[in-house]
Amino acid sequence: MVEEITKGKLEEQEFSINMGPQHPSTHGVLRMMLKLKGETVKEVKPQLGYIHRGIEKMCEKLTYQQIIHLTDRLDYMSANILNEAVCLTVEDALQVEVPERVQYIRTIMGELNRIASHQLWWCAFGMDLGALTTFFYGLRDREKILDIFEETIGARLLLSYNVPGGLMNDIHPNFQKKVKEFITYFRKKLPEYDALLTGNPIMQQRTKGIGMLTKEQAIAYGVSGPSGRGSGFSCDVRIHQPYSAYSKADFKEILYHEGDTFARYKVRIDEMWESMNIIEQLIDNIPEGNYTAKMKPVIKLPVGEYYTRVEAVRGEFGVYIVSDGNKTPYRVKFRSPNFSNLSALDLMAREQKIADLIAIGGSMDYVIPDMDR
Amino acid sequence: MEKEKLKEIILGFIPEAEISTDTQFLTVNVDKGQLVKLATFLRDSDEMAFDYLFCESAIDYPDHLMMVYHLDSTKHRHQLVVKTKIADRENPVIDSVCPIWIGADYHEREIFDLFGIHFTNHYDLRKIFLDNDWVGFPLRKDYTDPVNIVER
Amino acid sequence: MEFNIYDLTSFTSSFDQLLMENLSPFWAVAIEMILIGVAILAFYAVVGLYLVYAERKVCAFMQCRVGPNRVGPYGFFQTIADLIKLLMKELIPIKNADKLLFNIAPYIVIIASFMAIAAIPFAKGLHAIDFNIGIFYIMAVSSLGVIGILIAGWSSNNKYSLIGAMRSGAQIVSYELSVGLSLITIVILSGSLQLSTIVEGQRDGWFLFTGHIPALIAFLVFLVAATAETNRGPFDLAEAESELTAGFHTEYSGIKFAFFFLAEYMNMFIVASIAVTMFLGGWMPFHVGGWEAFNNIMDYIPPFFWYAGKTAFIIWVMMWFKWTFPRLRIDQLLTLEWKYLLPINLVNIIIMAFVVLMGWHF
Repeated sequence: MVEEITKGKLEEQEFSINMGPQHPSTHGVLRMMLKLKGETVKEVKPQLGYIHRGIEKMCEKLTYQQIIHLTDRLDYMSANILNEAVCLTVEDALQVEVPERVQYIRTIMGELNRIASHQLWWCAFGMDLGALTTFFYGLRDREKILDIFEETIGARLLLSYNVPGGLMNDIHPNFQKKVKEFITYFRKKLPEYDALLTGNPIMQQRTKGIGMLTKEQAIAYGVSGPSGRGSGFSCDVRIHQPYSAYSKADFKEILYHEGDTFARYKVRIDEMWESMNIIEQLIDNIPEGNYTAKMKPVIKLPVGEYYTRVEAVRGEFGVYIVSDGNKTPYRVKFRSPNFSNLSALDLMAREQKIADLIAIGGSMDYVIPDMDR
Repeated sequence: MEKEKLKEIILGFIPEAEISTDTQFLTVNVDKGQLVKLATFLRDSDEMAFDYLFCESAIDYPDHLMMVYHLDSTKHRHQLVVKTKIADRENPVIDSVCPIWIGADYHEREIFDLFGIHFTNHYDLRKIFLDNDWVGFPLRKDYTDPVNIVER
Repeated sequence: MEFNIYDLTSFTSSFDQLLMENLSPFWAVAIEMILIGVAILAFYAVVGLYLVYAERKVCAFMQCRVGPNRVGPYGFFQTIADLIKLLMKELIPIKNADKLLFNIAPYIVIIASFMAIAAIPFAKGLHAIDFNIGIFYIMAVSSLGVIGILIAGWSSNNKYSLIGAMRSGAQIVSYELSVGLSLITIVILSGSLQLSTIVEGQRDGWFLFTGHIPALIAFLVFLVAATAETNRGPFDLAEAESELTAGFHTEYSGIKFAFFFLAEYMNMFIVASIAVTMFLGGWMPFHVGGWEAFNNIMDYIPPFFWYAGKTAFIIWVMMWFKWTFPRLRIDQLLTLEWKYLLPINLVNIIIMAFVVLMGWHF
């Protein structure tokens, strides 16, 4: 560049810049090819594939029990919910009735997972905006959930707790007590998040009216989950097509209609409250019973196609299994929420500043392995 | 809306479509030439209002490729699956639904990348995951890679 | 006043006389300059290192954690270990970088902050050079640092660095105005540009208190603008870790990076010193007019500790900013300066002039 200018090519021009694959705030190995004019973003071209592992191809060689462990590696922040999706598909295909206890535990684990993920999102979003302290506040509370996971499951991040037909093992005797303790604790701590970041005038300036996405655009681009609900797109699968024990809990869908970065932020904060509500309603009512239904050791799905939609943390997660009657699926397609959400990034970030692009990316809560699969 | 009623309306619009109601979602098998016509109808008609394409995938069968579109209506909350057969496995070409549901953009680029299906009318058809000089289409059944795929 | 017991003027002047009697004037001055240079250099290094340590401890405190605690008691020697590590790291040469400018930039930044220290009064008599335009000199010199930052960003042959440097340029050019104008408010009150006179003028009450509301406004504006000028806290757009990786010093490694890093902390120290000198009485103890006994007790605390304590407080406030607030965007940053701080400042100067004219100050 120095050379260009010494040669006398001093004219105003767009210049392109590669943000990523190694960049502090792409939250993984996402590469964005930006066209900039000064500080203004003119075009964003995301380039994927840096962590493409061919999970869909691998699934074609693996049994249904083994696929569970690959779904952990998609959206690692909502591993439990993704496991659940595959289990639900298989159970649905085999028409297995899982015990009610399993449904309750799955729902509670899923919601705990959602809170943990939103906590980490809040950490990272604060960091994206330059408020570094948020990171440690969020991680402090997330640790409590991970401890609960560790006690029952043995794993902290890649849970693999659900298996077709039920759960890997029963919950730890302390589980209910610990979860209730956590809810009491986190109800006190969540207002701290608002005190530290939400009410901050700089934060509000940085997020309000930035990265607009209308409801129609959200639907057209398939932007689901909290990001879609920030635009008023009612897309909560837990409400519209309840699975597991969601029909037994009374909760509402968080909807904001502004469609800007702040609305997406608020949706996630409110979802943490709502998740705590769901857990509180279910935790005392876990029915007695088996932790797994009776399953054959070799699972063969009948010939046909099966699709399951679940509400993962970042949006609608779909599992599409085409079976030819063998013990391995013929074709597996994971509809990952981040992949669709990313496609709207260019639309939202155009004509905004670089700093806004980071804020928008943060508010969409991208997890790159989920996009690349 | 009930499956039967949906079936009626779609048959009224495209009489030669094959519709099966006993599957999880109502499934419409349509000829690939009529795909865009049907898609436009599904999105624009008030009774249908399928405005949300939540999944688009391809399946590689031994003698043909299959495109599968999962549709949802945010207005009526009904779902529909549209399937289209592509008989030519060597040079598969199909019309893009990107102009109808912009969300299909990335899904079609992925399918282009991993299945080698070419979409006409797609505004920016590039490989999305793999390198530009990658040979072969990994999600096809006949794809072999002696280095990365271990046969057991 | 009783603080003559801690007056260092007699010590320094007797030392000066000793040298003058035994050596030719040229050598006497040369030796004095070398001594002062070495003293300031040592002071610079120690303060820089321990500011880094302090920042890490303060930030740990804000973030519910312990901070450095392995090297020495309470991690006291952590930054020294870091410095040794930085000294031993490879200086990576950058392809297609402008070699001369690339190498010279860290020195410009560090020299600018180094020069400013010379004019700061640490205690009575502990003052390297007492210009009659002291405050003007400090402002002029400390704003030279941005040239180093611009050069660093320009010569690195990196787009992130260039954006960072351009941001820094826009930012410092803007906020220099507010810093200058808020200091002028106090200059109007004190009637002098000489730092020793300004400090002496706060014998019976710090300007922050005697200057009525305009001084308070000027103090707040100065704090905001000074934080911006040091590229810190919510105004660290030039580095903007989450946007520009590390901004203007992305390509620097080893000791050259350490220079930028050290200069950032020394700049913070310098602006805190200016704030203390101009608004909080410098090394002057806390006096309340009329309370003789109280004032006498206060005088027994050595002036240097007064100075250090107040500076530490200001630095702590600036760290508090940094670890609490999100970062502003570049256009918001400029809006804040040109649409809010600058008009407030201009009005404030007029009010201050009026207050001084009418003799309403204490």
